[in-house]
This record gives sequence, structure tokens and C-alpha cells, in this order.
Amino acid sequence: MTDIGAALPKPRVDVWPALTPLLVAAVAAPFIGSTSTFVTLTLASLAMGAMLFVMASGLTLAFGMMDVLNFGHGAFIAVGAYSATVVYRFAAPLAGGSLALDLLVFVAALVFAALVCGALGFVYEKLLVAPVYGRHLEQILITIGGAIVIEQLLLALFGTEPIDLSPPLAFRGSLSFGEIAIEKYRLVALALGLALFVAQLVVLSRTRIGLLIRAGVENREMVEALGYRIDRLFVGVFMAASALAGIGGVLWGIYQNQARAGMGGELLVLVFIVIIIGGLGSVTGCLIGATLVALISNYAGFLAPKLALVSNILLMVVVLLWRPRGLYPLGAR
Amino acid sequence: MRPLSGDPPRGWPARILVALVALGLAAAPFLFTGAKPLGVAEKICVMAALAASYDVLLGYTGVVSFAHVMFFGVGAYGVGLSLYALGPSWGALALGLSAGLALAACLALAIGLFSLRVQAIFFAMVTLAVAYAFNVLASQLPDLTGGEDGRSFRVPEMLRPGYKLGEFLGAAVTGRMLCYYLVFAGAAVLFLILLRVVNSPFGRVLQAIRENPLRAEALGYRIVVHRTLATVVAALAAAFAGALDALWLRYVGPDTALSFSIQIDVLVIVVIGGRGTLYGAVVGAAVFVIAENYLRLAVGAASTATASLPLLPNLLHPDRWLLWLGVLFILAVRFAPRGIVGELARRADMG
Repeated sequence: MTDIGAALPKPRVDVWPALTPLLVAAVAAPFIGSTSTFVTLTLASLAMGAMLFVMASGLTLAFGMMDVLNFGHGAFIAVGAYSATVVYRFAAPLAGGSLALDLLVFVAALVFAALVCGALGFVYEKLLVAPVYGRHLEQILITIGGAIVIEQLLLALFGTEPIDLSPPLAFRGSLSFGEIAIEKYRLVALALGLALFVAQLVVLSRTRIGLLIRAGVENREMVEALGYRIDRLFVGVFMAASALAGIGGVLWGIYQNQARAGMGGELLVLVFIVIIIGGLGSVTGCLIGATLVALISNYAGFLAPKLALVSNILLMVVVLLWRPRGLYPLGAR
Repeated sequence: MRPLSGDPPRGWPARILVALVALGLAAAPFLFTGAKPLGVAEKICVMAALAASYDVLLGYTGVVSFAHVMFFGVGAYGVGLSLYALGPSWGALALGLSAGLALAACLALAIGLFSLRVQAIFFAMVTLAVAYAFNVLASQLPDLTGGEDGRSFRVPEMLRPGYKLGEFLGAAVTGRMLCYYLVFAGAAVLFLILLRVVNSPFGRVLQAIRENPLRAEALGYRIVVHRTLATVVAALAAAFAGALDALWLRYVGPDTALSFSIQIDVLVIVVIGGRGTLYGAVVGAAVFVIAENYLRLAVGAASTATASLPLLPNLLHPDRWLLWLGVLFILAVRFAPRGIVGELARRADMG
């Protein structure tokens, strides 16, 4: 028996895009000067990147798997943040009890937001997305309509004023090592973001469900002919994507100390920049894109505050000139 | 001489509807008295022109842009800032208009060449990001743009409300009326030019690309070039509409010229009026602006009437007007994708 695996060409590993965050950090370091400021900024960026990744990964996942670009994804992020305010309102008497209790309420908020957004995602997929599969123009229009309706419903239910969403007491304050300081909450966000990244990779590449999803992307008819219900699988992917948006919304809402109906639209812009840079459909690209956007925002925010948002557009332009389909495009469809 | 480029609305119901709107707008200063109705008529003219230019992209080329209002804003700011800086002269107006048009064309060219290469869906995302950044930029450069407050400016004397020219058919001819007719004529000419464009060979290629990009490319038409040119044409038209609106308002600011809610309004107008007909933009704008100004009051009354019930008054509140618009928009995309004008034409074709 010859080893067939050895005879196959090895998949080409493209490492250059993965190194770009290091490049950006290396270029920015001399301009920032002080080492402690640089490390503090970089750590803060990594945490922000992790939150952006959680928000963006759902969108890129749904696009990669189902060829659906949900312009209402931002609205799901806002729904997640508002869900967290509901949990915190109920849990208000418990607040500040102990680390374990704070952690429990935080996890409860994450789970509740994921459930609410997942359920909403189910309805949204059935009512709006399923009828327009495969037609991008209609998809964009109908999901924009969905975004408007969800945002307005949030305003009607929760009022127009932003709702306070402070981090649990246990996560307030920061850890300092010499002159380097990092907020505890950012570490929590960073850990959660990385955990969700690994979880997505494992599910997609190591489980039966992931195998079916990837097979469905490659050849939908064949997988259906083998007796699998691709449509149910796709609903599941959409619900997972919505739940990720909800979790990201909780993380971002606590980070910003508030839930606002308008946050969805603003974040959608950032999330779009992230997944365009990363390559539509790629989870790994999404993580790198999110990190790049966060690094550039923080460095630019420190060096030239007025350019912070424009800097992201410039980053997008530069990346697309180098790789017109983003850093890690999914296939060549 | 064919002003409608041989492409009148299809079917008598649509023709009558479009003619009613056009005649109503043409005679508005004589039909109604008071400032509000004339303001509504002006808004219809501007929104119809803006929506028609958007329809060239959405309906005829099949690409979704979220930066269209940015071009509208470029035109408005061009005229506004020029009149503000150089004083109220026709020369300053011409200078501001040309500067706005030039900037809009350059921006559209850059965005189009850059983001229409890959997939049309890229264009939607990139334009959203660019429009957002432009909006932030405009409010962060207060020395140039007046920031969040915007700029109020004076227009040439003939167009000011205080200017009196005499009387005609029982109505006083004021600068306000002249300004209205300037906007009306500008919007009408713009509309006819756009109608000419979509009925030209170039417009036919756009529709071919919309229907089947692969086949159009196989026939030798460069997709990127055509889509980009369509973006530039639409951007120029939007900038012109913006300039007209700025003249009427005598003010430019982020809320009136760049706000994302105008973009949503334009999208709703084109979809509900009817994509790919241009006339849909006119009918849609009339329905939308009239509903926005008058139906909103009725919804507000319903909100007060149901004040004792839970949640319902919140849903019916005039500020939640966009909720019902969103629902209507979704229903239109799902069940009447041709819009008002398209459905009327289809019925006329069948009957």
C-alpha cells in the first residue's frame, strides 16, 4: 500500500495575510514612541478585534455557507445588547455580590442574547431571507427592510434613550504591569472571542455537521440527493450567525456601557469593512480583518483622532488593491 | 423632437397618474396657498429627480449603492459653500455647481472602478462604508462645512422670498415662486435627460448587464466600464438635484444633505414607485412625500386615540413612521417587486 496522502499535492498555505497585523504594529511602533503606550494600545486593540470578530464572524459565516449577505446583521447586534439590559435589570438585586455571581449573570446575559437572536434569526430567515435565496439584489433590499423594522421595534419597545449597560463589578478596573495597563473586561472579551474562533474552526472542520455544511456549499444538489435536508442546515447556520451577532452585541454594549438602537447601523459599517478585508466567507480572514481594523483604529485614534474612521476606509482600499477579494477569500465562486 | 425619448409610461392608468403628478407640480404655486404646500411640492420635485437618478443604478443597472445621497450632498455643499464664501451671485452659483459636479464625478469614478471589479454585492458594502466615512468627515471639518450646524447662505436676489415681480393669474410672482420654478424646471430637464440615457444604446447595454452579466460580457461589453459609467451618470444627476435643493432651502447641513435616512427614503421611493421605469421615481416621490407630510399626522392621531392601550401608541407614534414604511417596503419587495408603475403597466398589458 502506498500512502495516498503523500502523493497528493500539499495545500498551499498562504501566510502573508496572517502576518499583516504584525506588520501594522511594527510600522506604528516608532510613531507611538513610548513602549508602555504601544503595548497598552496593542492589547486594547486585540480585545476590540476579538469583539469585532464575534460580531462579524456570523455575517461572514452566513455569506460563505448560504451566499446570503444580511444587511440586518447590525440590528441583531443591537438586539443582543438590549437583551443583555433585560437580564441585568432582572439581576440588579444580585449585582456586586461576588465574582461567581457576577460571572453567572454575565454568562446568563450572553446565553439569553444568543437565544433571543437565534430565535429572531429563525423567524427572519423564514420570512425574509428564504424567499430570496440566490438573488443578491432582492436580498440586500429585503434585509435592509428587516433592519429598519427591527431597529424601529427596539425604539418602540425600549424608548429612544440609550439604556445603561455597565460591566459587572468583577470586570471593572484594570490590571497593570508596570506602566502597561489593560482593563479586565477587555481580557474577558479577548478570551471569549478567541474561544468562539476556535469553536467555529472545530465545528466546521472536525464535526459531521461542519462536513455537511461544507459539502452543501460545494454541491447542494448532491448533498440533498444523499438524503440530507440542506434547507434545515441553512436555517441552523443563519440562527448561529444571528446568535453570534447577539453575543457580539452584549460584548460591545458592555464595552460601550450602553445599548442604543442606532449602534447596529454604525457597527454594520465596521463589520462590513472587517469582512471585506478578511475575504467574504472566511472565518480566519475575519479574525485577521477584525484585528487589523482594531489596530488601525486604535493607533490612528491615538496619533490622529480625526482620521480614525477614514483610516479604516484607507486600510480597506490598500488591502483590496493587494488582494481584490480580501485576504482569505473562500473559494473562487 | 421626442422629449420622452419614445418611452412614455406603459398603460393608460400609469400615464394618467404621471401626468397628474407632473401637472400638479407645474401648477403648484397657483393651486395652493401658503408656504407648506409649496415646500411639499419642491420636496417632490427634488426627491423625484434624486430617485430617478438612483433608479438608473438600482433599476436599470441592477447595483445597489448606499453612497447615492453622498453625491446629493456633494452637489448641495458645492452650491452652499460657494454662495456662503463668495456671496450671492450667479457666478458663485455656477462655480459651486461645477465644483460639486466635478467632485461627484471623480468620487463616483473612483468608487466604481475600485469596487465594481469583483461582485456587485461588494459595491453595496463599500458604498455604505464610504458614505458613512464621508458623513463623519463632513461633520468633523467645521471650518469648511460648518460641521453639524451646517451653513446658511444667501441666494441671488431674484430667488429670495422678498423679491416681487408683479402678479400673474391672481398669484403674486415672488422670488420664492421663481425659485420653485427653477427647481421644477431643473428636475424636469434632469428627468428627461435620464430618460434619454436609459433609452440610448448605452442604457440598453446596462439592462443587458442587469439581466445577464455573463452574456453581456461575452458579447464584448465591458461590465466594469458600463457599471462605473452608470454610477458616474447617476452621481452627476444626484449632485445636480442636491444643488437645486440647497438653493431652495438656502441651507446645507448633514441632516438635509447627507443623512442616511435620505438614502433609505430614496430606496423606498424607487422600490415602491417601481424599479426600472424612471416614472416610478416620480410617482413614488409624490406618494412618499405626501404621505410623509400628511399621513404621518393621521398616524399620530391614532397614537393619541389608543393612548390607554399597551405598546400600541408607541408603535403608532409619528416618530415610528419608519417602522410602517419598513413593513411596506418589505411587502413591496416580496409581493409587488415591480412597484406601483410596474404593476399598473403589467395590468394594462394583460387587459
